[in-house]
Amino acid sequence: MPETSEIAVEFRDASYRVHNRNLVSDLNLNVRLGEVLVLLGRSGSGKTTTMKLINRLHAPTAGQVLVGGKPTTEWNPIALRRRIGYVIQETGLFPHFTVERNVGLVPALSGCKPKQIKTRVYDLLNLVGLDAEQFAGRYPHQLSGGQRQRVGVARALAADPPVLLMDEPFGALDPITRLEIQKEFRRLQQELGKTVIFVTHDIQEAFLLASRIGLMHEGRMVALETPAEFMRSQHPEAQAFLQCLRSLEQARDGL
Amino acid sequence: MSGDFFLIRYGPEILTRTGEHLILVAISTGIAILAGIPLGILITRKPALSKPVLGVANVVQTVPSLALFGFLISVPLLGGIGNTPAIVALTLYSLLPIIRNTYTGITGVDPAIREAGRGMGMTDWQLLFQVEIPLATGVILAGVRIATVIAIGIATIAPAIGAGGLGVFIFRGISVVNNQLILAGAVPAALIALLADLALGWIEQQLTAIRK
Repeated sequence: MPETSEIAVEFRDASYRVHNRNLVSDLNLNVRLGEVLVLLGRSGSGKTTTMKLINRLHAPTAGQVLVGGKPTTEWNPIALRRRIGYVIQETGLFPHFTVERNVGLVPALSGCKPKQIKTRVYDLLNLVGLDAEQFAGRYPHQLSGGQRQRVGVARALAADPPVLLMDEPFGALDPITRLEIQKEFRRLQQELGKTVIFVTHDIQEAFLLASRIGLMHEGRMVALETPAEFMRSQHPEAQAFLQCLRSLEQARDGL
Repeated sequence: MSGDFFLIRYGPEILTRTGEHLILVAISTGIAILAGIPLGILITRKPALSKPVLGVANVVQTVPSLALFGFLISVPLLGGIGNTPAIVALTLYSLLPIIRNTYTGITGVDPAIREAGRGMGMTDWQLLFQVEIPLATGVILAGVRIATVIAIGIATIAPAIGAGGLGVFIFRGISVVNNQLILAGAVPAALIALLADLALGWIEQQLTAIRK
C-alpha cells in the first residue's frame, strides 16, 4: 500500500447512480502522483462519468472519491475544480473569447492581475507550441482543430493544477495531427510531472500515453494494469481491444 | 392638391403623435425587457417554472389586443383609461418574445461549453454573465426586436382606451370615414416598425459578428 501523500486521487467503493441505473459501480482505485492513468473503454462504459466524479461534476451516490486526501463532497466544488485542469473535445473553448482570454480564464477567475495573466498566457502558448504573438488575439473559429486542442491544453494548465482531467481531447483530430500532438503531450507531461487522468476509446492512444490503463466495461473497472501487463490480459474486454490492434497488423501483413 | 396630401396636411400633428407613439412603445418595451430577461434567465435556473411562465405569457399573447385594452378599463390601479393601461397592455404583449428568446437562447448554449466552464471552476453567476448571456445575446436581441415591432403595431389600438399615439388618426379617420386620416396614422406607424426592425437587426448583427 503506497503512502497517502503519493496518491493524487482515490476512489473508495464509489458508485454513481441516476434514474435507478448505475453508470459506474464500486470503483476502487488509486491514481498516483505524476502518472498518466488512461481510462479505456467503449462508448457508454462509464469512463467520462468516472472522470466527472473527480472534479465533482458528479457527486458519488455511494462510496467516496478523495482528491488530495479529502472527499470531493467536502471540498468547495469551485475550489476543487480550479485546482484540477479540464480538457474536453474542441467544443470546450469559449467561442466569444480570444485565445488569450480562454487560456487566462482560470487565473482571471481566481483574481490574478491582468499583467501576470498575460505573461502566463504567453508562456503557456509557447509551451504548447503556438506562437503567442500570432495566436493570442485570435478566436477559436480562426484556428485549426490541432491548434484548438493546444489552446485547450494551455487553458487547463493555466492555474498550474497538480491534476489534469482529459476527456478524449484529441478524438476529433486527423490521425497525423493526433499523433504529433500526442507525442508532444507526452513530452510535456513528463516535463511538468502532472498527474493526468485521460479518457479514450482509442487503444493506440492508450498505449502511447499511459503509465497504467484502467479498462472500463459496463460501469466497472475490469482491469487496471501497465500497458505491458495489459498486452497479456486474458479479460474478454481487453482481448476485444487488443484484437483491434492485431487486426490492424494483420491487414498490414496481408498487403 | 398638394395641401390635400396627408403627410403635409397633418404634418405637425403627425410629429406629435409619433412622439407619443414612440414613448408608449419605449416605456412598455423597456419594462418588458427589464422584467422579461430576468424572468427568462430565472426559468433556465428553475426548470419547473419554465412551463407555467411560458404558458401564461403564451396565453396573454393570444388574447385579442382590443379585448385586452377593453378588459383593462375595469382593472383598478394599473387599468382605467389613458396611457397607463395602454403601457400595461403593450408590456404584456412584449413579454412573451423576450422571455421565450432569453430562455431558448440560454438553454441553446452548447452543453459542452457550459460544462467546460463548470469544470474549470466557474460559479453559476460567472457562467451566466461571462458565457451564457454573451452567447445568447443574438437570440435575446431577436426577441427584443420582435417585441418592439409587435408593440409598435399594437400601440395603434391604444387610443381605444384614451391613450395617444398614431392610432388617434386611425380611430378619427374611421369615425369620419376619411382615408387620408387613416393613412396619416397607418403609414408613419408602418415606417417606424420597419425602421425599428432594421435598426435592431443591425445592432444584433454587430454584437454577434465577432464569432461568425
